Amino acid sequence: MRFSALRILKEGLTGNRGWTPHWRSPEPKSEYDIIIVGGGGHGLATAYYLARTHGLTNIAVLEKGYIGGGNVGRNTTIVRANYNLPGNSEFYSHALKLWEGLSEDLNYNVMHSQRGVINLFHSDGQRDYAVRRANSMIIQGDDAIVLDKAGVRKMLPYLDHDNARFPIYGGLYHPRGGTARHDAVAWGFARGADMRGVDLIQNCEVTGIDIEHGRVTGVQTTRGPIRAKKIGLATAGRSGQTAAMAGLRLPIESSILQAFVTEGLKPVIDNVVTFGMGHFYISQSDKGGLVFGGDLDFYASYAARGNLPMMEHVMEAGMALMPMIGKAKLLRSWGGIMDMTPDGSPIIDFSPVGGLYLNCGWCYGGFKATPGSGHTFAHLIATDTPHPAAARLRLDRFATGHGLMDEEGTGSQHNLH
Amino acid sequence: MRIPCPICGPRDSREFTYRGAALDRPAPDAGADAWEDYVHLRDNPAGPTLDLWYHHAGCASWLKVSRNTVTHEITGAVLAGAEDKA
Amino acid sequence: MRIEGKGRIDRSTWYGFTFDGVHYEGHPGDTVASALLAHDVRMVGRSFKYHRPRGILTAGSAEPNALVTVGSGAHASPNERATMVELTPGLQVTSQNRWPSLGFDVLSVNDLAAPFFGAGFYYKTFMWPKAFWEKVYEPAIRRAAGLGALSGVTDPEECEKGFRFCDVLVIGAGPAGLMAAKLAAEAGADVILADEGTEPGGQLTAEVEEIDGMAAHEWAAKLWAELGAMPNVRLMLRTTVTGAYDQGTYGALERLRGHATGHGPRECFWRIAAKRAVLAAGSLERPVAFRDNDRPGIMTAGAVRAYLNRWGVSPGRNVTVFANNDDAHRTARDLVMAGVKVNAVLDARHDAPKSDDFAVIRGAQVCGSHGRKGLDGITYRTASGETTIMTDCLAVSGGWNPTVHLTCHMGGRPVWRDDILAFVPKPGAIPGMVTAGACNGAFSTAACLAEGVAAAKQAVEDLGLTAPDVTLPEAGTEAGGIFPLWAVPGKGRAWLDFQNDVTVKDVKQAATENYQSVEHMKRYTTQGMATDQGKMSSVAALAILADATGRGIPETGTTTFRPPFSPISIGALGAGSKGSGFAPQRYTTSHAATVARNAPMIEAGLWYRPSYFPQAGETTWRQSCDREVGYVRNAVGISDVTTLGKIDIQGPDAAELLDIVYTGLFSTLKVGKVRYGLMLREDGFVMDDGTTARLGENHYVMTTTTAAAGQVMAHLDFVTQVLRPDLDVSVISVTEQWAQFAVAGPKSRPLLEDLLETTLTAEDWPFMSCGPVTVGGVTGRLFRISFSGEQGWEIAVPARYGASLFDALVARAEAMGGGLYGMEALNVLRIEKGFLTHAELHGRTTAFDLGMGRMISAKKDCIGKVMAAREGLVDPGRAQLVGLKPVGEVQQLVSGAHLFREGAKIEPENDQGYVTSVCYSPTLGHSIGLAFLERGPRRYGEKIRMIDRTKGLETLCEVVNPVFFDPEGARARD
Repeated sequence: MRFSALRILKEGLTGNRGWTPHWRSPEPKSEYDIIIVGGGGHGLATAYYLARTHGLTNIAVLEKGYIGGGNVGRNTTIVRANYNLPGNSEFYSHALKLWEGLSEDLNYNVMHSQRGVINLFHSDGQRDYAVRRANSMIIQGDDAIVLDKAGVRKMLPYLDHDNARFPIYGGLYHPRGGTARHDAVAWGFARGADMRGVDLIQNCEVTGIDIEHGRVTGVQTTRGPIRAKKIGLATAGRSGQTAAMAGLRLPIESSILQAFVTEGLKPVIDNVVTFGMGHFYISQSDKGGLVFGGDLDFYASYAARGNLPMMEHVMEAGMALMPMIGKAKLLRSWGGIMDMTPDGSPIIDFSPVGGLYLNCGWCYGGFKATPGSGHTFAHLIATDTPHPAAARLRLDRFATGHGLMDEEGTGSQHNLH
Repeated sequence: MRIPCPICGPRDSREFTYRGAALDRPAPDAGADAWEDYVHLRDNPAGPTLDLWYHHAGCASWLKVSRNTVTHEITGAVLAGAEDKA
Repeated sequence: MRIEGKGRIDRSTWYGFTFDGVHYEGHPGDTVASALLAHDVRMVGRSFKYHRPRGILTAGSAEPNALVTVGSGAHASPNERATMVELTPGLQVTSQNRWPSLGFDVLSVNDLAAPFFGAGFYYKTFMWPKAFWEKVYEPAIRRAAGLGALSGVTDPEECEKGFRFCDVLVIGAGPAGLMAAKLAAEAGADVILADEGTEPGGQLTAEVEEIDGMAAHEWAAKLWAELGAMPNVRLMLRTTVTGAYDQGTYGALERLRGHATGHGPRECFWRIAAKRAVLAAGSLERPVAFRDNDRPGIMTAGAVRAYLNRWGVSPGRNVTVFANNDDAHRTARDLVMAGVKVNAVLDARHDAPKSDDFAVIRGAQVCGSHGRKGLDGITYRTASGETTIMTDCLAVSGGWNPTVHLTCHMGGRPVWRDDILAFVPKPGAIPGMVTAGACNGAFSTAACLAEGVAAAKQAVEDLGLTAPDVTLPEAGTEAGGIFPLWAVPGKGRAWLDFQNDVTVKDVKQAATENYQSVEHMKRYTTQGMATDQGKMSSVAALAILADATGRGIPETGTTTFRPPFSPISIGALGAGSKGSGFAPQRYTTSHAATVARNAPMIEAGLWYRPSYFPQAGETTWRQSCDREVGYVRNAVGISDVTTLGKIDIQGPDAAELLDIVYTGLFSTLKVGKVRYGLMLREDGFVMDDGTTARLGENHYVMTTTTAAAGQVMAHLDFVTQVLRPDLDVSVISVTEQWAQFAVAGPKSRPLLEDLLETTLTAEDWPFMSCGPVTVGGVTGRLFRISFSGEQGWEIAVPARYGASLFDALVARAEAMGGGLYGMEALNVLRIEKGFLTHAELHGRTTAFDLGMGRMISAKKDCIGKVMAAREGLVDPGRAQLVGLKPVGEVQQLVSGAHLFREGAKIEPENDQGYVTSVCYSPTLGHSIGLAFLERGPRRYGEKIRMIDRTKGLETLCEVVNPVFFDPEGARARD
């Protein structure tokens, strides 16, 4: 069924009786050409692009819970391409271009909204780095504007410009950055993949990866064994666990990132604003909730929930930066499990096992990557060559020291990224 | 989260900084694989783990904390290196 | 209307307040909701999507409808529950989400278009034409969305935060909680009893019943007073426990001043560390879905009782009760006793109990309601057909949901009980927490009292205390039968989530479209995502989803309840961080004198340092900076360098420790000497640099950069405690114990000789020497080091003498034609010399990149040495440190600009490096810069283009040695 305003009109006039499932719930077949492990945003996007771009449809996405139930459904919905270092720079640039036509491509409104992202800076040193990053973005072909103090004041009059502990020197403005409706991204890719013949298998946990003579042959699942020629792992948050089934040890530690939303409020924050000194970022959803977050909880965890110290720190940063939000009430907080790599940047690469491909290490950049990750991972799996936009996201960069993408300069301590 | 510091008693986790898994530093000549293992690769267990925490806002001790990464249960904390000193 | 003789509020005192500008009066003890109901104000808001009229549904914190803005201007607080706002004199209350007025709301037209606004409609449209999404559709959606409005200006009120500790935290002061607190207290435990209400008793405050022969609310008040008199009990009213966290940590919000005018904090956010907790949070009554069940005047049966019994208000003059359980019959009983007309109790059960006091119609289901902005009448259905009656208040009860929310905060899923048609907590879901009473599914008062005792007994015995014998008070044992009724079948829209306008049809449509996981249904329809987090609607919604998908309720499962239990203001959670409160402010001993000289202060980590010292006649910072550079190059300059980290290292193995953490050898350093050191992280990248002085055989003092002082200290503790606990060495930060000043320039020696009243010969005090000195009778330390390239010294004294030493140094320097220099000049001086700061040591550079590869001693291991040798870290193609000098017409250099070859296209593949530090060098008379450039040191003399696309600037530069000034270093050694 194709969605349109006309369809809504027709259904509305006939009692909304004609709606049909957005995807099937098929039984797993005994064999597929390709299995994608993980029905989150990246897994679903990978399946979608395998079908759409490469014409491969004998594919199953295996999801242990419900599709879109991981970090794609629990994030602060920010979409941006404002990285400094080679590798990230071209990859996120590629992803943003895919975002820009995504609703039409999927025939599903993912509410991608280019509201602009402003990264504030608070010292001369931070400004110099912002200029360097802005130049990287522009040279990559993306957009960046360095705002001075007055420019930020004009755009974001509600910030504490006069009395802040860390005065605002200016901001790095990325007009094409913005937000999207997170669930819709998962559902849109799911529907698009299903329409093209991909089997989405929910409540199907992979419990083992079968390997013969150094090559994958299939998986064991809670719904029985399934054979496959190629297997793509897209299980960020749990990548260490799924890779271990293939005998791999990854440069990944799992940490918790909390996110927060307030009760609905009339529009008050138009852009995405980030406060570097306080590790705080905020936007307002179309529904009116302030959606915001901060740093990791800073300890390895699979608990999918956070603790008070970081939660309070985020609120303190918010009050320091924009004390007008003091009477907004926190409605809900949640924690997602992040695959943290030693340099804070992702991995899309072959694995040492034949036919097994890795998509992991998204740290807290996974949501904005979704279409780019799916598109380039599908390319890798389908053609056995890395996509140019993701060719630097290599697994061996830690061993060799070549092409590390340590945007924050904190070094190989997983939880510091 | 509250961590039972052997010196200060149970304290809120905001007094501590986390470093990561407690691993033994390889010898300088242990080879590239051993060093890659130590610096980058992680077991990343979903379950019991032994982590290093630093009581930065307390007694400045480095602790080895036995913790479960799924439940956050903490079953013990000892001074790091205590066994070597004894 | 008020009912004479009912309620427990002070009727003798009147408080005036306004709602949407209309003046009303209420009494102390009223909530805004009870006071409005007393005036027969029924419509108080509008729903989110269809802008349908909304009235008061509950009498508690789960209220989804009666959200109002309290106060005005900067004090306006949006989305306050009228059911929770205590009435205070002069309160200004305004309705929300309507325009132009509550009575006439233009967007109520949405209700007519409801057939097109079903579940998830926005995912299917607003895509054509593409540009319209951001330009037309989304702005319209945003304007229509949201509930109340923030003031847009700084929240002027203060909040607080605090820690509390206890043996047993009892959450909820209803019958279970009160008994639990009593037992725990009598066992000798340190007890905190917290309740979100304004008086103790929980549900007892709303009921007409007896405990131990006295009115239940009096029994609660008496026990409360007894507990309050015990030294080991702390009572916290108006305190909502909002979250359960690890190791017995709980978040709690205490409302202090609330909305009253006056001084003092509005709220306090507590972190309570409890060894054990008893959850006695009670239960929440749920409505029943039927056609148009959302009209003002339809409320929960328990709320009607609460308004009547506690506040003496009847929400209607002609009340009908609709229920599927015994409990709601109490509402009819209490209303009749108070003289309010009760039409009938419509009970869906065919075996519902009869009453002599009011009519009970068995097997009846309400299938529709009537009225425009409030309820006029209802239609109900029995086996004999449909009947329409006039009524202005419908008290509905679909049963009670135990308040299990806190038990789910650590991932525990509640367990379905078919006998009570409700979810109860999973035992042990929160380590250390025991549940008791209605939140545990025990609905009679007697059972609550008994469970409270049992839960507290378990808690205190866990703590090794002896539980005393407690006699259980006499109380009612009726728990009430119940029959499953979630939604009355029939046409039309039946509401589940009143605030978000989610109807039974929406849930069914979600199931049809295969959003069958309960999480999918929730997210697709927004069911349960309103401000009550689904407290009033989720269980019914999932019962309907279960039905639509052919599953049972337990298999369908629940969505996850997450903290906070009820919303908390960001102001409370972030208390104390407005303005300068966000981070500590560290001041050097010269701060006051510096500020007195009008120096603009800038942040350096948590410290403040002077940017420059303006003098009369200077109009730009550059003029001041150039002058200050001149002091150092030509006379003598003074600068406070206290902020640099200072770490005292003592012990027989001090030298070995330094050899481990620095790339260079420090064990060979002679006493009385200083050496520059480079420190790596274990991954081989540079962590920090600084000088370390050997003050004695077993005594060193290390300096770090200002920003990395804490990190280096933790690193040294890591090495001495974790990696090498065998080392006999002690390490301590002394940054704040010593005030330290740089004295630099050709006249620095005579200045110090005068000050110290001694001679400092080049032989005794060569470059990179150190030793003790006496300054005005105080023992200090003198280091001959230089960050400017001039003859330089740093003199340190115990911090309490810092201010006076600063004055003494400045007076002498000024007398010699020199003076103070700030961070700007310091930066120029170091760039002229190619010295490094965090602009270059930014965490991604290696010793190799900095031209210091040879500083990694081959004679020993050090932290980071192995990984620094990875091929990628010593690749000759890496960007390495160089100097840049503009050679074309454009002279401007920009930090953060990128470097390209002449003629190369400006694209990523041709990007060869970037500029880190730039300045105008008054010494050399032109701009200079430091940069990282691929294969840089082998390209001296080459021309390179500096490109800054943010300003559209291009500057042709020559690649030069990064040491611009005095490359031989003769001046520093002079």
